[in-house]
Amino acid sequence: MTEEHKLYLKRIKRNKLIITISQFSLLTFFIVIWELLSRYNIINSFIFSSPSKVITTLINLYQDNNLFIHIFTTSVEVILSLILSFIVAFLIALILYSFKTIKKILDPFIVAINSLPKVALGPLIIIWLGTSTKAIVFNSLLISVIVTFMTILNGMESCDKDLIKLFKVFKAKKIDILINLIIPSSKNEIISALKINLSMSLIGVIMGEFLSCKKGIGYLILYGTQVFNLSLVMCGILILSLLSFIFNILINTLEKTITKDKNSTS
Amino acid sequence: MLTIKTLFMNLINIRNLTKIYHTTTKEIKALENISIDIEDNKITSIIGPSGCGKSTLLNLITKIESTSTGTIRNNKDLIIGYMMQTDALLPWMSVFDNAMLGLKLQKNINDETKCYVINLLKKYDLYEFKDEYPNNLSGGMRQRLALIRTLAIKPNILLLDEPFSKLDVETRKNITDDVYKIIKELNITTILITHDIEEAISLSDNIIILSKRPGSVKCAYKLNYDEVTVPSERRKEGFFSKLYENIWSNIDHD
Repeated sequence: MTEEHKLYLKRIKRNKLIITISQFSLLTFFIVIWELLSRYNIINSFIFSSPSKVITTLINLYQDNNLFIHIFTTSVEVILSLILSFIVAFLIALILYSFKTIKKILDPFIVAINSLPKVALGPLIIIWLGTSTKAIVFNSLLISVIVTFMTILNGMESCDKDLIKLFKVFKAKKIDILINLIIPSSKNEIISALKINLSMSLIGVIMGEFLSCKKGIGYLILYGTQVFNLSLVMCGILILSLLSFIFNILINTLEKTITKDKNSTS
Repeated sequence: MLTIKTLFMNLINIRNLTKIYHTTTKEIKALENISIDIEDNKITSIIGPSGCGKSTLLNLITKIESTSTGTIRNNKDLIIGYMMQTDALLPWMSVFDNAMLGLKLQKNINDETKCYVINLLKKYDLYEFKDEYPNNLSGGMRQRLALIRTLAIKPNILLLDEPFSKLDVETRKNITDDVYKIIKELNITTILITHDIEEAISLSDNIIILSKRPGSVKCAYKLNYDEVTVPSERRKEGFFSKLYENIWSNIDHD
């Protein structure tokens, strides 16, 4: 290793450190300011709560054995709807890619359903499916499936025409083209669809919990609002952001393991 | 001039071929009344102004598209090797898997074919890169790999659709010589589509010039090289520039 290279590595390391330290300071600064403002009554701590109150609420929830029930409920719902809606969306994309006429027939309906605010269907879902996990997952599916399959379909349709031609010259069957070309070549779109799907599932699940539920973080937030316990609301939001942060990390890790090596010097 | 032998003696015989494309507003005649016999074991170049239907002709030969009228007859089943402007390598597959692609799609992977591909990789200096991915290869290597993938299925006809046009001058010169040697060594009937007159003269045994759209055969040349002279040396021959001018004057220019 040359001196120059060592210096280069050192510079990168330092840069990384500065970024991490800044991120933590920013967070700490925000929390401290929030705490001070509410402690000296510059902001109304009843409405805005304060970090210390949020932490106390969190500890109380934990001691009442409620914390993990709520986290677990929401997590299961998110994971269920993430997996289900991804599978459904992927299958729809496959079918619409393979059968162009079906796509043309369904086109106006897809546009209509896509622009419909799905929250409007909430009351119907409660009547049809009750106030269960099933209803929440279904609600979340409604929100995420369309955007997800449209992203995947887009990726499939943008496959290089030259490659399709090459496969045809090799006398490949339609199914072989699909498996060996179309799906792997839209890998990037499939991963970004998964990311979109995650945020959509989170929205869907929380929305579902707002509508009808006795458990989960959405319920926690809603309940907090109803009894005017703003610390509980803040607590719910905090847990939710942590949860979505963790899910994001998981998907990014998945992305890295799928795409590693292959495009190293593209 | 191109000699016309007994009817349908060659691997590919094109008779009175016309291709019309339909759009909602009009009909576009891409090719009109084309009759060509592609000479076996020789390199035939097809040149013409852009949009004259050169690529359409290849699509018809590969049967990706169907003819409007006329016939393309083969005196035995075609095993088509196809190379295009882009090397069309799959970035998610290793060099070896890319080379095996045609065999995989034709469900023809066995020890013998594997061995054949390995030998091709060794012969064209790509064996040590067999586990790399295409993005780590240089332009020339990528094109060689595309050629190996094409040869792996042991084609009896090779269709080259401007395969060198995206390469830089130096790489292009070398790969042209390489490809020429391989074609001559394996004795494969070859059709080369190009708009580069020099490339056509330096590589071909026969040259066919198409008119502007709708493409029809305008004239044909038969070149008599001895087969050991590689394209880069052919360019130095005395008649080269004269022939170039002759062909140039026969191509329709906008």
